[in-house]
Amino acid sequence: MANGNGRPSSDISQVPETFKLTDWPRNCWYAAAYDVELKQELLARTIGGCSLVMYRRSDGQPAALENACWHRLMPLSEGHLEGDDVACGYHGLVYNHEGRCTFMPSQKTINPAARVRAFPTVERHRFVWVWTGDPALADPDLVPDLHWNDDAQWAGDGKLIHLDCGYKLVVDNLLDLTHETFVHGASIGQRSIAEVPFEVTHGPRSATVSRWMVDVEAPPFWSMQLEWKRGEPTERVDRWQIINFEAPSTVAIDVGVAPTGTGAPEGDRSQGVNGYVLNTITPETDRSCHYFWAFVRNYRLDDQRITTLIRDGVSGVFGEDEVVLGAQQRGIDDHPDKQFYNLNIDGGAMWARRLIDRMMVDEADDERYHRSADESKPEEQTVTRVEATKADAERLGIT
Amino acid sequence: MSTGSHFAPARIRSVSDVACDVRMIELEPERAVRDYPTGAHLDIAVVVDELPDIRSYSLVGQRPQQGAYRIAVKDVPDSRGGSRFVRALATGAEVEISEPQSHFELQYGRPEYLLIAGGIGITPMVGMAQALQRHGRPFRLLYAGRTRDQMPFVSELSELLGGRLELFVSAEGLRLEIEAEIKRLEPDGELYVCGPLRLRDAVQAAWRAQERRQDRLQFETFASGGRFAPEEFVVRVCDRDGHEVTVRRNRTMLDALRDDGVEMMWDCLRGECGLCAARVIEFDGELDHRDVFLSAEQRAEGTTIMTCVSRAVGGSIAIDTGFRGPAG
Repeated sequence: MANGNGRPSSDISQVPETFKLTDWPRNCWYAAAYDVELKQELLARTIGGCSLVMYRRSDGQPAALENACWHRLMPLSEGHLEGDDVACGYHGLVYNHEGRCTFMPSQKTINPAARVRAFPTVERHRFVWVWTGDPALADPDLVPDLHWNDDAQWAGDGKLIHLDCGYKLVVDNLLDLTHETFVHGASIGQRSIAEVPFEVTHGPRSATVSRWMVDVEAPPFWSMQLEWKRGEPTERVDRWQIINFEAPSTVAIDVGVAPTGTGAPEGDRSQGVNGYVLNTITPETDRSCHYFWAFVRNYRLDDQRITTLIRDGVSGVFGEDEVVLGAQQRGIDDHPDKQFYNLNIDGGAMWARRLIDRMMVDEADDERYHRSADESKPEEQTVTRVEATKADAERLGIT
Repeated sequence: MSTGSHFAPARIRSVSDVACDVRMIELEPERAVRDYPTGAHLDIAVVVDELPDIRSYSLVGQRPQQGAYRIAVKDVPDSRGGSRFVRALATGAEVEISEPQSHFELQYGRPEYLLIAGGIGITPMVGMAQALQRHGRPFRLLYAGRTRDQMPFVSELSELLGGRLELFVSAEGLRLEIEAEIKRLEPDGELYVCGPLRLRDAVQAAWRAQERRQDRLQFETFASGGRFAPEEFVVRVCDRDGHEVTVRRNRTMLDALRDDGVEMMWDCLRGECGLCAARVIEFDGELDHRDVFLSAEQRAEGTTIMTCVSRAVGGSIAIDTGFRGPAG
């Protein structure tokens, strides 16, 4: 181990310098809208760097097109729907949901090359998902598992927040809940989160951070819910947080409390209340993202009052994260020469970032991806990204 | 880890042996030298076993010397090969070096300072002592070593510091009484220590025992040795179907695991950050904890080991790296 007088070994090829990467994989589903957001009207939104116009067809199916008319690049979102087709608001060109042009003004024929890119979509778990990568790979079975959001055993609701920070900062935030102690002290935070040990495990596409706080006082958010279920206050509880990350940016957190001594750590949660914090984050640009979340619970499923109270309560909690994450991104931007230091608490986030990096490396090595990228005439940005990913792959020693 | 600094070429201007087994090297960077804070170090790109690697060396002296940075490198038999690479550099050779950076900077404004150096741990202390001397701050430098001929910079320091330098040469029967020395330090005084693990552990224990402020004790991580000499051992990875990996004497457990395809997380590689921790399922023999992440209590529990620096001695060890997925 000895190395003369200095700090020992750090190894160029081993340094996981991933915190500077602000890009994202493309061959995956990203949530693009909450189900209730998407109507039979045009919605403009940038998903993974792609400017999209989205809408529902008359049969309810979602559609997503490149938001620039083939003719003069006018945003199609400035136009209007004609049945299931989109009419450009400038010269009236019309495109169907597959992006084929169906009308051109003042001519009898239609230029066969006239089309805008259509993106694969799928609606699942109350979200409309869009695939911005190679369409040949867009398998609906690859939609991240957020089934609790659309399951009769669970009730709840959520919201979409636009955040002025890179999406990985949100992944970091959700993979390390010690921040609750310091950011959310009034609602869900408590000292023991930052004190009790936690366990990090990892698999090929997932990482898990588990933390049990046994025999603690329930913080306000949870004492309230336990009382709603049990009808009486509870002094001491066992509290759990089991964070499940699915690459690249979905985090389902199994959370809850049960009265101490009723066997929750051993597996019997029947006396407690259980919730899932469902999160999926969609990159918008290098420095902004769409954060879709929901909170669902497993008790008093038909009580709409509880659904609304919790949704608004969690909304307030996430407002605190919004402030922190925006400030953190500004801190990063203001110090371009600096890098993150990592603590033990960042283990889950480090695994998450490694899995994200691996997805990017894998798709950069996928010939089909290159072919698809060539066909769709990638903007310069895309080319740069692929090169960066290869270099990172070498540095990370991933082959 | 902070690897923000970019590497640039430097030429070896001179090499000289400044003590038995210690070689001083002057590095003249292609770009201009710049002043650096006390306690600063340089990263040097080295090649070990035909693989690129980085080694860090404290800069000797408070300022660059006529356009060159100075480092002093000790030849350590159990080295992973970095010091061998650097020591083999001849005058005129070229290497890639980083800009100087410091994680061990001297904090001014304390009523008194105590500097403790063990062996080659003297390197960052030279500049600190020069700075304190220059600013007329009260301080003492306690310099411990095995034999006098293994201790570089003794005559320069003694000329500069006079009575403020005290030598503790164990071969001459002079022992450093750490507790007593700390007792002599002003209550709000600051202690800087650099040296082998045993020295640092002893200083930390004495510091805690005297209930001094934790932030007044500064040390440089210096994972140059543990309680035992490194030896080969076998690690069984329980979450990989009990796959067994042999850790050679001159390899780290982390490297050996990774070489064998066991996926690990890590960052600092100095035993500081805690990310490369593995759960210890069972072991026979001893665990040689060489990190600064675990508390004394956690070390005694023996349930966690930092694979980047720590080792098993006199037996084998079974660990859980946290992998949960299909085998293979």
